[in-house]
Amino acid sequence: MNAQPSITAKPSGAQRAVRFVLPVVVFAAGLLAWELVVRIKEIPPYVLPAPSAIFLTLIKDWAVLSQSLATTLLTTLEGFVAASLGGIALALLFNQSKWVEYSLFPYAVVLQVTPVIAIAPLLLIYLEQQTAVVVCAFIVAFFPVLSNTTLGLNSVDRNLAGLFQLYGASPPQTLRFLKLPAALPYILGGLRIAGGLSLIGAVVAEIAAGTAGAGSGLAYRIAESGYRLNIPRMFAALLLLSLAGIVIYGVLALVSHLVLRRWHESALGKEN
Amino acid sequence: MSSVKTSAGVEAGLTALAVSLRGVTKTYDNGVMALGPLDLAVRKGEFISLLGPSGCGKSTALRLIAGLSAPSSGTVRVARHEGEVQPGHVQPGHGIGFVFQEPTLMPWTSVRENVRLPLKLGGIPKAEGRARADAALASVGLADFADAFPRELSGGMKMRVSLARALVTDPDILLMDEPFAALDEITRFRLNNDLLALWRGLRKTVIFVTHSVFESVYLSQRVVVMTARPGRIQADIRIETVEPRGEEFRTSAAYSDYCRKVSAALAPSYSGQSVL
Repeated sequence: MNAQPSITAKPSGAQRAVRFVLPVVVFAAGLLAWELVVRIKEIPPYVLPAPSAIFLTLIKDWAVLSQSLATTLLTTLEGFVAASLGGIALALLFNQSKWVEYSLFPYAVVLQVTPVIAIAPLLLIYLEQQTAVVVCAFIVAFFPVLSNTTLGLNSVDRNLAGLFQLYGASPPQTLRFLKLPAALPYILGGLRIAGGLSLIGAVVAEIAAGTAGAGSGLAYRIAESGYRLNIPRMFAALLLLSLAGIVIYGVLALVSHLVLRRWHESALGKEN
Repeated sequence: MSSVKTSAGVEAGLTALAVSLRGVTKTYDNGVMALGPLDLAVRKGEFISLLGPSGCGKSTALRLIAGLSAPSSGTVRVARHEGEVQPGHVQPGHGIGFVFQEPTLMPWTSVRENVRLPLKLGGIPKAEGRARADAALASVGLADFADAFPRELSGGMKMRVSLARALVTDPDILLMDEPFAALDEITRFRLNNDLLALWRGLRKTVIFVTHSVFESVYLSQRVVVMTARPGRIQADIRIETVEPRGEEFRTSAAYSDYCRKVSAALAPSYSGQSVL
C-alpha cells in the first residue's frame, strides 16, 4: 500500500486543472460551433434550435419545466429509495437463506433482462399511473443494488468471521458489526449505479405513459413538445434531464466518498 | 468414534491442564485427513510452540482448540469450557484469545473499536469497554494510536493491535497462529521480546503456531514438533534455560543447541517431501 501513491503519482495542481478545464473547453467549442452553424445556415428552430434559443426557452418556459423537473425527480427519488431498500433487503434475505436465494434469484434476473420499455405499458394497465412509473424506476434500478450487496455480504474476511464466532456473536450482531460494514463499499457502488438507472426508469415509464396524457414529468414534456414541434423546449427538457442525471451521480459519488474516505481503498486513491 | 472416558486419576490431573487433546483427528469434507490422531496436553501458564511443515495441521489444531471447528473424532478439552467439545459440535471459546496470521482488523473502524470488539459482543458497557481497550492498547505500547484507523499503522503495529484485541477479554489461553510470519525480522524480534514480557507478566497459557525453528526455541518452554499431513506429534522438546530470557539468549550456546535439536526432530517431516 505504501508503494501505491508513488506508482499512481499524485496529480499536481496544474494537472488537475487541465483535467477540469479540457472538457469545459471542448464543451464551449462545441456550443460555439453549433451556434455558428445554425446562424450561418439559417436553420429554422423547429429543425435545429441554436444553443442560445434553447437557453432562452429554458428561461421562458421555466415555470412549466421546473414543475416537470420536480415531478421527474420525485419519481426518480421514490424509485431509487424503493430500489435501494428492496435491493438491500432482498440481498439480506438471500444471505440468510440459500433456499430463498435459489427460489427467487432467477426471477430477479428475469426482471433485470426484460427491457423495461416493454413492461411499462403492461404496468400502466394494472397500476395507477404514478405507482406504475415508480415501479418502473424500481425494476430498472434494484438489480445492481441486489447483486452488489450480495457480493459484499459474501466478501467478509474469513478470519474476521471466525473471530465473531469465537466471541459468540449473535446473528444480528454479526450482521450489524461485520457483514453490513464489510459490504458497505459494494452497497454504495450499487447505489451509485441505481441512482442513474432510476432516472432512466422514470423517463421510460413517463414516455410510455405519455400518450395517456396525465403525466407532467420532463420525459412527458419531451414527448408533448415533439408532437407540437416545439423543438427548443424538447432540447431544454433534455438538458434538464441530463443535468439531473449528472447531479444524482455526483451526489451519490460524494456520499460514497465521504462515507468511505477513512478506510476504503477506492476512496483513498482520490485523496492521496 | 465417541469421546474417550477419562479415569478418575486423569480427571484430577486435568485441573492443572489448560488444554488437552485426546485422539483428535480432523478430516475435511473433501476427504483430506488434515490432522491426527493427536494427543496433546498443555499445562496452565505454559508457553508451547507447535512447529511443523506447512499443511501439517498446526492451524487446524488451533482452530479445534478455539472451538472454531469441530474434531472429526476424539475430544478437545479446554479449561473453563463448559464440558467437552464433542465430534460434530462447536462451542465458542470463552477465556480464549486468538491471534491470526493476518492482523484481521476491521478496516472501517478505529483501533480502539477494533480492540473493544470482543467486549462489545459480550455485552460489556461502552465506557468500561473503551477503558479496557485503552488499557490493552497501552500494554502493547500503542496507547497513542487508539483513534487511528488500521490502514494508518505499519504491519508490526497492526499485529500489536491484534494482540491487544486478544488480550482485552483477559483470556486464560492465548492461541497464536503464525502471528509474526509476515513481518520483517527486526520487527519480529521486537515483538517476540514484547510477547515474552507480556507472558511473564500475565502468565497466560500460550499455544504458538510457527514454522520457524528459531522463533519456537526463543519463545517457548516446550516445542512440539509435528509430522507432515496428517499432523501427529514427532517430538516434544522442553526448552530449559535461565529465565527471564532476553536478547542474550539468542546468541547463547544453549540456544543454538536447542535449535539444532529441534531442526533434527523436524527433518523427517520434510525429508520425504518434494521441495515443490
